[in-house]
Amino acid sequence: MAEFTAIGRAGEVPDGEMKVFEIDGYAVAVANVGGTLYAFQDECTHQTCSLGEGDVEGNAVVCLCHNAEFDIRSGEPLSGPATMPVPVYEVREENGELQVAI
Amino acid sequence: MRRAVIVGANACGASAASVLRDEGFDGDIVLIGEEPYPPYERPPLSKEYLRGEQTLDRSYMRPLDWYAEQNIDARFGTRATDIDTGSKLLTLDGGEEIAYDSLLIATGIRNRPLDVPGADLPGVLGLRTAADADRIRELAATATRVTVVGMGFIGAEVAASLREMGVEVTVVEFFETALFRVLGAELGGVIEEIHREHGVDMRFGEGVEAFVGDDRVRSVVTSSGASIECDFAVVGVGTVPNSELAQAAGLACDDGILVDASLRTTAPDVLAGGDVANHDHPRFGRVRVEHFDNAVKMGATAARNMLGAEEVFDDVHWFWSDQYDANLQMAGFAPTFDEVVIRGSLGDRAGFSVFYLKGGAVAQVFGLNRPRDVRRAMPLIKVGVHADPIALADEATDLRTLGA
Repeated sequence: MAEFTAIGRAGEVPDGEMKVFEIDGYAVAVANVGGTLYAFQDECTHQTCSLGEGDVEGNAVVCLCHNAEFDIRSGEPLSGPATMPVPVYEVREENGELQVAI
Repeated sequence: MRRAVIVGANACGASAASVLRDEGFDGDIVLIGEEPYPPYERPPLSKEYLRGEQTLDRSYMRPLDWYAEQNIDARFGTRATDIDTGSKLLTLDGGEEIAYDSLLIATGIRNRPLDVPGADLPGVLGLRTAADADRIRELAATATRVTVVGMGFIGAEVAASLREMGVEVTVVEFFETALFRVLGAELGGVIEEIHREHGVDMRFGEGVEAFVGDDRVRSVVTSSGASIECDFAVVGVGTVPNSELAQAAGLACDDGILVDASLRTTAPDVLAGGDVANHDHPRFGRVRVEHFDNAVKMGATAARNMLGAEEVFDDVHWFWSDQYDANLQMAGFAPTFDEVVIRGSLGDRAGFSVFYLKGGAVAQVFGLNRPRDVRRAMPLIKVGVHADPIALADEATDLRTLGA
């Protein structure tokens, strides 16, 4: 069971936005969709672009380089050129911190 | 339906097979393709795969094991030779006959050959398949200079990759600038400039008169009489749809296989999709496009329609190109337009986007390093939103708010 690690401050990712955090050189994107937080690998499984610099559309995160779409909850590819899922992680806000379990 | 047969083990065919299973179809699926590989993405062939940065299996549409896991009868390295639409039988090159209840034809396109002397010399290459890319990469490893004929997307991407591989590149292009037929003179000029900055020698307004050589091509002679020495040449001057199989079966064809809005051909229970399909698009009219994303999406719609849906294919035709650090994207279709709105500046390498309006509605968008603008304009194009040009040009406008 992965332990939660603090990567930022609680409230750091406002509703409707995404932000990229680094943990030991590994980039994790956190999205806030209507108050619910989602965390996933920032690097797209298609051509390594940043998902955190993409767009959120409903339950999908869209990589803007080549329009690969992933389910933001499961990481499964939904549409576009990617065929491999992106890893997703548990994320929470606790003790004033933004924490992910990697 | 008990058996779905797909001719074309490519982006469209793999997508169709996949969606058939996703939709719960548990009958037979036969997937037939000429190439020895499972379906793979072609976009990397002129880019990452060509440069040796990624292997072919990384580009597989589905892992090799997937076809057996999904109980798909995959026949790679097999050619379909005949369709009998009356008795609903497909014949393969070995003589085997396969009955179908529903057939999808996704036979794609091939490169248009240049009809000039010497075009058959060794070292005059095209790029369509992984094997073609392997050949170019192999020769590029020891080449000093290469001539690229044609500066459409294939030519432009190959030129960019060869420069990144350290090869000198001369381009011979019939039109006045790069990507002229898709982007026009002004935007094409921006791409031309990017290539010039990367050291590509470009000769515009020139055709090829002949390829000259002995045991291989040594030079390219242009219409102005120039002789350009080269170690090999790559030709990308357009394509021909592979519609012969359909035509011989009596299906209506005209620059590809004619399909209605729902991808149906003129034969019962025969659909067509991908590059070979000349589609009656509900918003753009009749059009045949050669984009990866379109092929995948047509495959999905075709699969659902093979299962009895009546889905109209109304995708807005999105595609991308990567050249050096430039990401080009375009969506929509506006062969003619009334107004062009530029967001940013055409001289700005960091990026700009261009909106094409027809009758006040957003009909097409182009972005240089502005993928977000392209993505967010796509819903506007889909429904033909009438957008205020001033709002479109304003960087502060969130394009998502214009559709409401």
